[in-house]
Amino acid sequence: MANLAKFRRNRFASVLVLFFALAVVSIGFSGVNKLVTPAAAKIGSEESLVDKGSALFAEGCSSCHGLNGQGTSDGPTLAGVGAASVHFQVSTGRMPMAAPGAQVMRKAPSYNEEETLALAAYVATFGPGPAIPSEEQVNEWQNASVSEGGELFRTNCAQCHNFAGSGGALTNGKYAPSLGQATPLQIYEAMITGPQSMPIFSDETLTPESKAAIIRYIQELNKSENPGGMDLGRLGPVTEGLVLWVVGLGVLIIFAVWIGARVR
Amino acid sequence: MTNKFDINNTFDPDNENQAPKVSKEVATKLPTPAKGVDHYLRRTDTDPKAAKRAERQVAAFFGASSLFTLIFVVSFFAIPRETKIAVSLIGVTSAQNIVLGTSFGLAILFIGIGAIHWAKKLMPDVEMVQERKEMKPADEVQQEALDAFRVGATESGVGQRKLIRRSLLGALALFPLPFVVMLRDLGPAPKGELRKTAWQEDLHIVTDITYEKIRPEDIPVGNLISAMPENILEIQEEEGNLNERGKSAILLVRMRPEDIKSQQGPDWDYQGIVAYSKICTHVGCPIALYEQRTHHLLCPCHQSTFDLADSGQPIFGPAARRLPQLAITVDEEGYLVARQGFQEPIGPSFWERGA
Repeated sequence: MANLAKFRRNRFASVLVLFFALAVVSIGFSGVNKLVTPAAAKIGSEESLVDKGSALFAEGCSSCHGLNGQGTSDGPTLAGVGAASVHFQVSTGRMPMAAPGAQVMRKAPSYNEEETLALAAYVATFGPGPAIPSEEQVNEWQNASVSEGGELFRTNCAQCHNFAGSGGALTNGKYAPSLGQATPLQIYEAMITGPQSMPIFSDETLTPESKAAIIRYIQELNKSENPGGMDLGRLGPVTEGLVLWVVGLGVLIIFAVWIGARVR
Repeated sequence: MTNKFDINNTFDPDNENQAPKVSKEVATKLPTPAKGVDHYLRRTDTDPKAAKRAERQVAAFFGASSLFTLIFVVSFFAIPRETKIAVSLIGVTSAQNIVLGTSFGLAILFIGIGAIHWAKKLMPDVEMVQERKEMKPADEVQQEALDAFRVGATESGVGQRKLIRRSLLGALALFPLPFVVMLRDLGPAPKGELRKTAWQEDLHIVTDITYEKIRPEDIPVGNLISAMPENILEIQEEEGNLNERGKSAILLVRMRPEDIKSQQGPDWDYQGIVAYSKICTHVGCPIALYEQRTHHLLCPCHQSTFDLADSGQPIFGPAARRLPQLAITVDEEGYLVARQGFQEPIGPSFWERGA
């Protein structure tokens, strides 16, 4: 019985802490217009989340990142990467990594949202880094301007992620991924943490309002339909030309051969 | 039964079974069958059953075409325009669009297939020779044309009316002049504009699109900013075009100072923040595919790669020259400013550029 009671208290406490942490971050943000470093970590009741994250970290992450996140030959140090970076990498399934390579790919996440937040809270204790943006901050995109977002997207993002967010190749096997599956929170986190090859777009140089507009634009891109069907990856004239030359001309050649063939 | 036989036996206008059913008069005007060419009979020529089958096949193709035309008409009214359908490879799109396009395409395709099948299986396939007609017209036709020209020349009086003749010649001689004059638009040769951008000493660096001044402490390591000179909007207004935007665009990147291997001038960075032209030195594409872990900048057009940690040197691709660096510092209020203009022309090479 005592065990059961402890278990229930733990679960309840972590949800409460989460809610509290989000509230603190969002209020703090609206006050100073700056990313708040995990303030919640200082609060006593946060400890259970950190403890849980610590256990998960020792089990799933420490073999590459070291028991204290100091990094090993197989993985970089996590000091100062911040909660947002952990949440991005784990919630997109990129971490834990399946196999080393030029690019870590998106896959189904290995941890649920609660475990991900616990890991993020634990790694945030290694050193100050960008915190997970508040729900309010992320949801701001619903009020943002699409056209402004388009302008900002084309200036800051489209060179790698393509005009339609379809992604594109970089050097030596690296690539910018498609934005089709990215959630608003993940897009926000990617901009402030700069995962893998991506540079950082800090809140001071690309303001939260600009980020909201960019997220809005990506959401509009992802839900826009292809009236003609078959977008060919929205990669533009290269794929369109290739299909036309191979499929279109191929069919014409097949018919020409048939018309010219001798009949028995 | 042999499949091969002499061509002269294959085409006989009097033979009801083998000749096209035309009058003798028409048949003699048709091209004559080629002599000395081996001709193979088709199964439909020799086997009436096969011919009947081919006939049914052709009719089936035409019937299929009619069916698809009817499907087009019916679905035009029957399928609501808003209905969406998921088709593999094509994706979610308008059902009406898909059905209309497919049925219309198949309707015309089956007419074509039926016609070709008909021609190949049932129409006569005798090898024919058609002699080419002589290109030169008959002598009397030529003479007629020349006479008509002479009559016209006499009647117009171009020989007698010197004033008209001379003024016409003058007009025709002058007419090409506009084409010569328009060559002027190839010039004038550019003066300084290929060598100079808007950047100059103490000009603030602002973010593109949002036009905010930038403080160095707001740029974390690994941060990328597309930036412009602060007066870019005024210049655009004044010049009425976007040329200056195309020349003055820069990238600001912060890296750890110890990561910087070399720069184009002593301390042209500001605490690890370096500014480079955003215009590729190959053919001038805007270039911003910055990989923050390698400090490589990749051009999307032709894959030229520059190392921003090493003076912007090209390390891969067709670009031959380094990306020009802009020397930066901060003003007394702590905002980033240019220390001077670009010291070399930005963008692609041009004839007068020199080495």
